[in-house]
Amino acid sequence: MSAAVELSGVSKHFDDIVAVDDISLAVGDGEFFSLLGPSGCGKTTTLRMIAGFEFPTSGSLRIRGREMALLPPNERPVNTVFQSYALFPHMSVEQNVGFGLLMKKVNKDEINTRVKRALDQVQLAHRADARPKQLSGGQRQRIALARALVNEPEVLLLDEPLGALDLKLRQSMQIELKELQDRVGITFIYVTHDQQEALTMSDRIGVMSAGKLLQVDDPQNLYEHPRSRFVADFIGEINLLEAKVIDSETIEFAGGSRASAESEASNGETVTIAIRPERFGLHGSDESPPVGRNTLEGTVVRRIYHGDFFFYDVDTPAGSLEVKEENRPSVRQFEVGDRVLASWSPVATTFMED
Amino acid sequence: MSPTELQESPTDVVEVATPKLERDARRADARRGFLIASPSLFYLILFFAIPLGIVFVYSFATRSSTGLTLLEGWNLDSYRRLWDPLVGEIAFRSLLLATTTTAICLLVSYPLAYYMATRTARTRTILFVLVMIPFWSNFLVRTYAWRVLLGTEGPISQISEALGGDPIRILFTNTAVLIGLVYGFLPFMVLPLYASLERMDWSLIEAGRDLYATGWTAFRKITLPISMPGVIAGSILVFIPTLGAYVTPAILGGARTTLLGDYIVSQFLAARNQPFGSALSFAVLAVMLVATIIYFRSGARNL
Repeated sequence: MSAAVELSGVSKHFDDIVAVDDISLAVGDGEFFSLLGPSGCGKTTTLRMIAGFEFPTSGSLRIRGREMALLPPNERPVNTVFQSYALFPHMSVEQNVGFGLLMKKVNKDEINTRVKRALDQVQLAHRADARPKQLSGGQRQRIALARALVNEPEVLLLDEPLGALDLKLRQSMQIELKELQDRVGITFIYVTHDQQEALTMSDRIGVMSAGKLLQVDDPQNLYEHPRSRFVADFIGEINLLEAKVIDSETIEFAGGSRASAESEASNGETVTIAIRPERFGLHGSDESPPVGRNTLEGTVVRRIYHGDFFFYDVDTPAGSLEVKEENRPSVRQFEVGDRVLASWSPVATTFMED
Repeated sequence: MSPTELQESPTDVVEVATPKLERDARRADARRGFLIASPSLFYLILFFAIPLGIVFVYSFATRSSTGLTLLEGWNLDSYRRLWDPLVGEIAFRSLLLATTTTAICLLVSYPLAYYMATRTARTRTILFVLVMIPFWSNFLVRTYAWRVLLGTEGPISQISEALGGDPIRILFTNTAVLIGLVYGFLPFMVLPLYASLERMDWSLIEAGRDLYATGWTAFRKITLPISMPGVIAGSILVFIPTLGAYVTPAILGGARTTLLGDYIVSQFLAARNQPFGSALSFAVLAVMLVATIIYFRSGARNL
């Protein structure tokens, strides 16, 4: 996989603030790559550096192997879909979409054909003469996309493009975007703070916090094997428990309960483990614990109904657990105050590196 | 409010909406709006619309041999006189001056307004106050100050002499009038431009740059068209008063360069020809009105 975009040791300082701190990253050709993190984590600054709106304070930024760290945006083979769409209000939809081609001095006939094709691609050919303000949010979003894609960029940069849309529209646009990316085969770099969005659309995700790139992985690995507390906590719900390593296969929680978990930590070391709420099963304390599964005994202190599932808060000597159980007849339900056994498979245990 | 509270307050009006009540409520609203606007309406009618009406009526009146205005023998003689070559010459000179003033104001103000609009909030406020400061002193006083600056005893001339050149006298020339007008009306151009640039969504410029436009092209294709309402408002605010300017030419201009303002005043005072003065005023008014409408239409079309 050749790299479409390659950052090595890129930092960005604004006066005293370090917005991006020594990031190295290679995004493959045709990849759907997401930069995920809370607001202020540096993801947008990273994107803006790739676009050319900000210049790195230090480091190398290559697009298709060419060094571009200090090149202005108009000399880069990338296009951006802005969070606010940034459609030109004084131009028609057609003029908006054709702007990049006009600037590149493509001949009129070709501009017309390509603009038409781009508008067809986003199913808005019938609004070619409309002004941006006459369009709905979803339509503006699609025009912004067409305006970028019509230039056939090497890389498409998207800055929270679905942030302004309501939930239903956002979900359908997620699918549309992913399908579009598969079809055109252009590398997408997608910035979002929405972990669900990143998980469903991306080939790989880079999680950022406080200017640092914490972990780059495919969605499944990222969700199931987060390496740090931040990543574990930011993506989905998580239970973090402290334990002491007894030997290479056993750990011990506060209160003396032991569990099997393979670790490379040395004996006697305190570690933090992470378990997803849905990885637990709940059983009555009168039931015999399932074979091969770790268990912790505790009391249900809260139950929240979510329609298709229940959230239980279970107090155990090892700490409070959040357990997600499906709402199905075959899954036993518990009341507040019930004594329960929370069980999980040893392989569902992830050790935190920090 | 909880439902029980609703029941416990029998004084509440419990009328159900009907088309008639809705109409009454709407009319009451309109009446209130009129009431609020009425003091300014009254003022405008008394001191603006009525005098304008008098001027309009006078423009059709006859001038007696002694210079009195006779409200009889209504005719179009005054309007016919507008085609006099002298009037044409004065009008052309005034138009040229107003156009030049507007163009210079625009060229000077745009970069300033752009600079202001792209500063931090604090710097903006300071710059804004600086632009407003000239308004704190009287316009006449400021114009007389230019007399000192532009005269043969003024600093410009003195510098020239100190450098071994001739004394420079700009005072009492068209250049002096132009300088005075540009100086006087600059804030009227800066402020609307600033207002339109300050609202500018700068991500549009980034979008332009992202779509391969150079900085200059992005300005020409995006910033300038979007700030057009400011350009139009500023131009109108400068062009119209300078077209009829009286004070500045009277103080800084020469005797040989009559402009529309002086000419109209002289018809009312020295020449004692009120009907012709009125017709002139109305002609200028009509031209400005038409020009304004055309200008607005051409600019407003794009936004």
